[in-house]
Amino acid sequence: MTRLAPCAFEPRGKRPPPERKPRMRLWSVRHTALLERVYARFEAAVARAAPMLARVGYDRLERPTAALEAAVKGFLFDCRMCGDCVLSNTGMSCPMNCPKAMRNGPCGGVRADGNCEVYPKMHCVWLKAYEGSLAMRGGAAIAEILPPLDHGRKGSSTWLRLARETASA
Amino acid sequence: MSAAPHPHDLGADPSAPLIDLPGHSSRGRLERVLRRGEFAVTTELSPPDSADADEVRAAAEAFEGWVDGINATDGSGAHCHMSSVAVCAILTRIGYSPVLQISCRDSNRIAIQGAVLGAAALGVGNVLCLTGDGVQCGDHPEAKPVFDLDSISLLSVIRMMRDESRFLSGRRLTTPPRLFLGAAENPFAPPIDFRVPRLAKKIAAGAQFVQTQYCFDLTMFRAFMGRARDMGLDKRCFILAGVGPLASARAARWMRANVAGVHIPESIVARLEGAADQKAEGKRICVEMIQALREEPGVAGVHVMAYRQSRTVAEIVAESGVLSGRAPWRRSFVANMQPVESLEGG
Repeated sequence: MTRLAPCAFEPRGKRPPPERKPRMRLWSVRHTALLERVYARFEAAVARAAPMLARVGYDRLERPTAALEAAVKGFLFDCRMCGDCVLSNTGMSCPMNCPKAMRNGPCGGVRADGNCEVYPKMHCVWLKAYEGSLAMRGGAAIAEILPPLDHGRKGSSTWLRLARETASA
Repeated sequence: MSAAPHPHDLGADPSAPLIDLPGHSSRGRLERVLRRGEFAVTTELSPPDSADADEVRAAAEAFEGWVDGINATDGSGAHCHMSSVAVCAILTRIGYSPVLQISCRDSNRIAIQGAVLGAAALGVGNVLCLTGDGVQCGDHPEAKPVFDLDSISLLSVIRMMRDESRFLSGRRLTTPPRLFLGAAENPFAPPIDFRVPRLAKKIAAGAQFVQTQYCFDLTMFRAFMGRARDMGLDKRCFILAGVGPLASARAARWMRANVAGVHIPESIVARLEGAADQKAEGKRICVEMIQALREEPGVAGVHVMAYRQSRTVAEIVAESGVLSGRAPWRRSFVANMQPVESLEGG
């Protein structure tokens, strides 16, 4: 039996089979320009819905929204629900799929074939992030320095937080 | 070597931090050498699998008088060894100028910030911020990989401690650490086009010097330096090119296959293969590489990594002639030393 190399940021409920061919997330990286437009509309809609969401109550909405977000982004990006989504900074390639959970760029161990040092059969998440960022209108955001992850947000909905923050701003 | 030490490089006591100089963020020797525009030489010490400080001293003595900084690796290759903080503390007591390596693999932000304060208190003036190899390549592949920070967020955290005198949490420090901040870069790993922007990101996060991965491919390195110069990065940080002797063609092939991020072109392996004395040829390749790198605009120094060949570092530095008659600090400077205050002339 081949050992699974341990990963810094575990996914929801199970460890990733490293041999799995990631299908959908590579499609997402190839279509960053489209997803960027969709996301911009979606963000605007979330901001507009903020007063309504506030009336229902964010606490009551948290669990179902997080479940929905996990399903949608899990399908599109293999999202790990870090609770602090930065896909717009990372060419729509979820950095939490990096076994070193790197949020600011690739490590120095990327293999000559562009695959991961830890999972030799997986594309480097950041190689894909760089490719994805090149096709995005706001791709230059890849140069922004992201602060360390707030582990207290793990599992929570970024969409709801966004709505709450735009409403209070 | 007859050259005299630079007065700024001597303290009242070899183990004490040097006198403050304007425009310097540390009180260590490495930063002074680089800011004076000298071609710097650093090397790396592999911490022993031992609790004996003499083993550290013996390893460091091989470099004395030939290097401006000694990196103490932090669990390199995810293998367990004596801690980098401890090795650095042993080295500062003698008067050497160590570079503390911090890998994000093994500890979280609480432990790392504590180690930074402790190391600075023990006289360490330089820190190299690394993400670290994955645990899968080491002797404890079942360990929990921490990676709470990454190399870039680590740089920004230590810079915050130094410049804003506070922890990441915002809590105040009574005395901030005086540190010269370093980062690593690998010009030879994909995504190649993102390597220079990534270096820019590291500089923006606080990197003041950079030590690169082993350079065996001058063409690739020159392309990297060209783009770095176009962005003006060589003016904003000191770039030290990584070099090292290959013991044999077999060792080169092994490294290429097993050490993450090492790129060795076939031409180098072929040259080693064809040599009568492969070890001597490996050393010669390293010396030639240093001499070529010295001519490359924007290269501020070299970082000589001679794994299990630490005795050859002095020979390589001497044969390359990169010190141009300059003598890095050695203990023999201390005996007839004047107090720094009088040298400063007020």
